[in-house]
Amino acid sequence: MTGKEYRTITDVKGPLVFLNKTEPVAFGEIVTLRLSNGTIKNGQVLDTSDDLVIVQVFEGTSKIDRESGVTFMGDVFKLPVSTDLIGRILDGAGRPRDGGPEIVAEEKADIIGAAINPYSRQSPNDFIQTGVSAIDLCTSLVRGQKLPIFSASGLPHNDIALQIARQAKLKDSDEEFIVVFCAMGITAEEYNFFRSDLERTGALENAVLFVNLADDPAVERIITPRLALTAAEYLAFEKDYHVLVIYTDMTNYCDALRQIGAAREEVPGRRGYPGYMYTDLAMLYERAGIIKNKKGSITQFPILTMPGDDITHPIPDLSGYITEGQIVISRELHQQGIYPPINVLPSLSRLMGSCIGEETTREDHKSVSDQMYAAYAQGRELRGLVAIVGEDALNERDKQLLTFSGVFEDKFLRQTRDEDRSIEETLDLCWTLLSSIDTKYLVRLDQKWIDKYHPDNRA
Amino acid sequence: MSNEGVIYRISGPVVTATGMKAAMYDVVRVGEEGLMGEVIELHGDKAVIQVYEDTSGIRPGEPVLNTQETLSVSLGPGLLTQIYDGIQRPLPTLEEEMGVFITRGVDADAFDLEKIWTFEPQVAVGDEVVAGQVIGHVQETETIVHKIMVPPTVGGVVKSIESGDFNVTQTVCVLEDGTELQMMQKWPVRTPRPFQQKYAPETPLITGMRILDFLFPLAKGGAAGIPGPFGSGKTVRQQSLAKYSDAQLVVYIGCGERGNEMTEVLDEFPHLIDPNTGKPLMERTVMIANTSNMPVAAREASVYTGITIAEYFRDMGYDVALMADSTSRWAEAMREISSRLEEMPGEEGYPAYLSSRIAEFYERAGRVETLNGDDGSVTVIGAVSPPGGDISEPVSQGTLRIVKVFWGLDAGLARQRHFPAINWLNSYSLYPQSLDQWFRDNISQDFPEVRTQISGLLQIESELQEIVQLVGSDALPTDQQLTLEVARMIREFFLQQNGFHDVDAYCDIHLQYQMAKAILSFQDAAKSAMASGAVLNDVVNVPARSDLMRGRFEKGYIDNIADMVKKMTDEIADTVEEN
Repeated sequence: MTGKEYRTITDVKGPLVFLNKTEPVAFGEIVTLRLSNGTIKNGQVLDTSDDLVIVQVFEGTSKIDRESGVTFMGDVFKLPVSTDLIGRILDGAGRPRDGGPEIVAEEKADIIGAAINPYSRQSPNDFIQTGVSAIDLCTSLVRGQKLPIFSASGLPHNDIALQIARQAKLKDSDEEFIVVFCAMGITAEEYNFFRSDLERTGALENAVLFVNLADDPAVERIITPRLALTAAEYLAFEKDYHVLVIYTDMTNYCDALRQIGAAREEVPGRRGYPGYMYTDLAMLYERAGIIKNKKGSITQFPILTMPGDDITHPIPDLSGYITEGQIVISRELHQQGIYPPINVLPSLSRLMGSCIGEETTREDHKSVSDQMYAAYAQGRELRGLVAIVGEDALNERDKQLLTFSGVFEDKFLRQTRDEDRSIEETLDLCWTLLSSIDTKYLVRLDQKWIDKYHPDNRA
Repeated sequence: MSNEGVIYRISGPVVTATGMKAAMYDVVRVGEEGLMGEVIELHGDKAVIQVYEDTSGIRPGEPVLNTQETLSVSLGPGLLTQIYDGIQRPLPTLEEEMGVFITRGVDADAFDLEKIWTFEPQVAVGDEVVAGQVIGHVQETETIVHKIMVPPTVGGVVKSIESGDFNVTQTVCVLEDGTELQMMQKWPVRTPRPFQQKYAPETPLITGMRILDFLFPLAKGGAAGIPGPFGSGKTVRQQSLAKYSDAQLVVYIGCGERGNEMTEVLDEFPHLIDPNTGKPLMERTVMIANTSNMPVAAREASVYTGITIAEYFRDMGYDVALMADSTSRWAEAMREISSRLEEMPGEEGYPAYLSSRIAEFYERAGRVETLNGDDGSVTVIGAVSPPGGDISEPVSQGTLRIVKVFWGLDAGLARQRHFPAINWLNSYSLYPQSLDQWFRDNISQDFPEVRTQISGLLQIESELQEIVQLVGSDALPTDQQLTLEVARMIREFFLQQNGFHDVDAYCDIHLQYQMAKAILSFQDAAKSAMASGAVLNDVVNVPARSDLMRGRFEKGYIDNIADMVKKMTDEIADTVEEN
């Protein structure tokens, strides 16, 4: 089959090419198309039968005509992997983009990836210190977790992702992460920002970049994250690296998925996205984790921009059902000039319970985190009330909480883009801030921690 | 036509074969690798097959073999403590066979066919046995006796019966007509196992969770739905139910959920102790784990696999609880396959038969008279994950139409760190009517009245809160302020429960009643003290009340609570004299 060129295209529609009368073609097989002007395009079989084959063309179907030749390559899409990947920049289809040589394959890995047997997984419980107080305290990140950033257009999610990539480390360890960065449909400007930052800090040498930009073919975005994750799996589970995968922007990925669904005339689900989007996203997000008896790990940081800041939009909604929590970026805080503008109230880390405490962070972490959260939540709520009844109508406790909510944002959340706070610094800062509230109102703090850590008792 | 055909078309998990003799729901082997699949549609000569494994690389023209069997599960000693994927392949065996990643084309027995069990017969030669009758038993785990039953389709006179050590495929009993009975039997998953009749449920499933047992009780043999947006604690709820409910056996289905979460369950359960028997929880548990990235067709099958296993244990006379987390993922699997079949969609792209499939599934719950005249039950608790937390969507609605208990999880409560985040205003249970007699007989004669008072107070609170929002609580008369205070006590002392606390995680039903009574005692004492001139603030702040409230985190609370209540009411009475 390989090598034989067919000229049996019947229809071309959107990103899809339909052909008939071929030899048996495998489902998922890789295809090359040779256009009459000599251009080569690549694609993949989406549907195959005796009479009809549907091919999804990654580079878009522009200039494809019925005379174009189609060759089936006899294999499913595989990425050549080796440790040479580290330090390289590849395009959205896995070809070198940095002018370097082709990757010499140590092996070729199927990019679809197989599900990890739940029985073979190891529960993640190694705390990652990101140096960002809001994340370390309230939504602690664990090695092997998938924790997306729910953001929206115009917000500094890229800065936060980069800061995390720069600073993330295991507590009391210098072990660094290999960063696998996957760009899907972002602008050249955003990409340059990422790239120059990684270059500036020297992180590029320890990174693999897969780049599909806004003007690259949309359909290619379907495979870009799969390439990135295949590389990550190889590095983590074959070569024992700890890998941090950052991909941005999931919204562009989902839109590409919708585009293909529409071209296939599939029955759409909510907002026109395909009904299988949950499964499709799970096939990406679930490629995070740790495997028993293997040293490496994959931690994922997907970034998605919520259309219209709407957290119930299908993309954040389905993601939230798969990922282990979320970090929510707030426009309101951003407009107040606070960086990082993380709204801790809807943010969550589901694996936090397994990674904090005496053994890993500090004994008072849970208590302090609950108290900070509760006090801030109540303070925020009071702001609404004050707008109606005025501050004078508040009792003493409420006044203190109201003031605290401002301090929380100004002193706790706010930090510079290069500020790397250790978890002890973060917790001590919390105690200092909490001491502005009368101890009798701090009901979520155990007395023994108050005795030990409250500034009044430490001095 | 023969049992062998060839592949005509492949579209994701859906494969079409031609030239094969096939009936609906026949299990087939697809392609050179023999991937497992099931016939789900017939078009003239073409059979449409959903395949339970990844289909990449399969070509038209490869063979398809019809096994002529329907999708079945193996039932027999060895089921307990197992961890299966959606089509009853044990995950540890899959790890041995194909490594840590789940690839394809591997067959695995549901349990060890060679393992020797000690079979003790319960019938003698010459006895007449009917379908479902127990002919002997095996001590499968320390807590569970596995009863060996005549399969539901046979019956006759015992010609010979053995005693001693056998594996599950060896014949232990022969009937006069020559039928040989083994300890293992098979049953098609999509067919409910037969029983004589369904009874009305009249015993509650005690879960140890105050808000559930006390306000919204579920009956053994009942069905409950837990809808909630992400982050509201559905999975924690389901896991607590699996840990603490007083069912004798638990089937836990992780259907299309997170891998790491499933691992946590798999790690945790073997170390947990059943509060009702003191033995490891795993000994009464069968687990099915089909995570979100495992093949979608197997996810569709996983709930049927689970409920068939549950029914099998029910037929032995056990009370079985089945947790499915989450049924929305199951519905989505149906939607995905339906759209590949190019079926005309119903609401939101779900197939038109969605609600009838949901109804059929929950209808397999129930308390029944088994074929052998015993009494057994299957209780089904299904989590629902509505997109955006909006329960007007088809899966939630299809579930609510059929279940009698609705435990509505609330993102707002979860954000306030009120756990369990079950909304007491919109949740309901339709069982109190049939269960009240049990509560009267076993807990206290006035149990239903106490419940009514407690839920009445919560209702009044919600109305008062609307006024408070406008004018502040100080503007209310003191008796209403007291009501608010009592309601707050209900919320913080009674409804909130720490699922991770050693003591608080499980609350005995007798203690639940005592705690509810304690709240009412507070109300009565406060009312009478205030009628005699006591000040609300003094009444609320008596030290004995906070001792009472904190006491629930201490062991032995049930022995001390009466004294603590007495102390509280005394102190409240004293506040009158202070003035």
